[in-house]
Amino acid sequence: MRDKQVRRRRAVLGLLVAVSVVLLTAYFRESPNSPLHTVQRGIVEVLSPIQSGASKALKPVRDVAGWFSDTFQAKTQRDQLQKEVQALHSELATAQRAVVENRQLTKQVGLDNSIGVDAYHPVAAYVIGRDPTLWYATIEVDKGSADGVRVEDPVIGDGGLVGKISTVAPTVAVVTLITDHSMAVAAQLQDRGGDTGVLVPAVGNPDQLLLQDLPRTAAAQAGQEVVTTGFKYSQLESLYPPGIPIGQVSNANRDALANDGQVQVNPSVDLRHLDAVQILTSPHAGGQRAQVP
Amino acid sequence: MTQSLKLPLRLIALAFVTVVLQEAVVSQISVFGVSADLTPLVVMSVGLLCGSMAGAIMGFGTGLFVDLVLVQTLGVTSLLYIAVGYWPGRLRELRDPAHGLVPLAMGAAATAFAGIGMALIQFLLGVDSPVSLLLAQQLVVTILLNTLLSLPVYGLVRRVLRPVLPEDPHRRRRRGYATGGLSPLQRPSERLGPVPRSTAR
Repeated sequence: MRDKQVRRRRAVLGLLVAVSVVLLTAYFRESPNSPLHTVQRGIVEVLSPIQSGASKALKPVRDVAGWFSDTFQAKTQRDQLQKEVQALHSELATAQRAVVENRQLTKQVGLDNSIGVDAYHPVAAYVIGRDPTLWYATIEVDKGSADGVRVEDPVIGDGGLVGKISTVAPTVAVVTLITDHSMAVAAQLQDRGGDTGVLVPAVGNPDQLLLQDLPRTAAAQAGQEVVTTGFKYSQLESLYPPGIPIGQVSNANRDALANDGQVQVNPSVDLRHLDAVQILTSPHAGGQRAQVP
Repeated sequence: MTQSLKLPLRLIALAFVTVVLQEAVVSQISVFGVSADLTPLVVMSVGLLCGSMAGAIMGFGTGLFVDLVLVQTLGVTSLLYIAVGYWPGRLRELRDPAHGLVPLAMGAAATAFAGIGMALIQFLLGVDSPVSLLLAQQLVVTILLNTLLSLPVYGLVRRVLRPVLPEDPHRRRRRGYATGGLSPLQRPSERLGPVPRSTAR
């Protein structure tokens, strides 16, 4: 009797492990349109209304927990921001002069600078799910192909670039965040030369980005803004429209810049506390692009 | 509904509610930069309460559900959670631990196993993220956070499953103290029935 129980237990355990390994292998080798992926998208689609409902119903719980967490950080941030405000006041005067100059120059070269996010047909979406592990930097939103969302559409939120759509079902979509290991964004440093590079997540640090492939002579300084370049080269076009803020340079080490051509960047968006995002469903609607010579 | 169906149905409902709550609420609450993960704690609790088989099956099901809902590589989480459910079940079957802090230790072990196991599998699958001090720090903070949550989670799971558990460990132990370690059904005199007169001396 006992032997039979032991055999049955081992058989069940072996079966479960075998099924897991088979699923893992099959899924890993399959293309995104294969049956397993299709079934997965179908299940996400069925569950999305429940997730969306739970997310909205339990928002007060999240807010209360978030309030406690935020209060701890508020005092430190206040002191830091006061210093930044002082520095920004002095920069503002310089910037205002540059805006006037820029307007005049823009008119001269005939570029339409009035284009904003509205031109990219943004679709507002709520975050309904989030991956708790560090290994998949993804979020789920409550808008999908029925709302015009497509794979690779850029996603912005809280005043900066959040990521891009990686999976779409009719009423739900998965956003891969810019901190995911698979992401790389063509980005421009807002310095005098407008140096460009490729923004990638810092290896082993999911909250930090690296702007790589910068010219060794780039005049990068801490606090400088980093935005998307929106390049266009022949048929090849960037996924992201130009000028979307990504973050600020946090550490412009001269040695790192001279040796590796890279600086550290802090994302503008607090990716851990996103409640709502905007999906740019026509990212190439704008006519203005940085042309690669 | 038959008694034998009640436990699987409750386990399915428990897995469903846990995953939905985890994704919709808990994952979006950040404490010291990390979020708690209730799923390994629930699987561990089921293993401790229901045994190795139920724990392993619950682990497989919950892991598969997590992978499906989060659109991750299928099979990764289910493979890890099989062990997370199985080993607490084996501990219960072999040692029957009575200490009230066992779920605390098992919660920490389950979270550590799930975290380290996930890292190993990701490396094997070729994710370009070598081990760094920050990842190690975040893993440690997650383990601490989950350890704090393991007792309340275990209590909740026990409360949900107690009415349909064939043998609640706490109830069995209390009965053990009252009857000298055996249930009345297991006493030889009662199992064999009254002794025939012919053999009585």
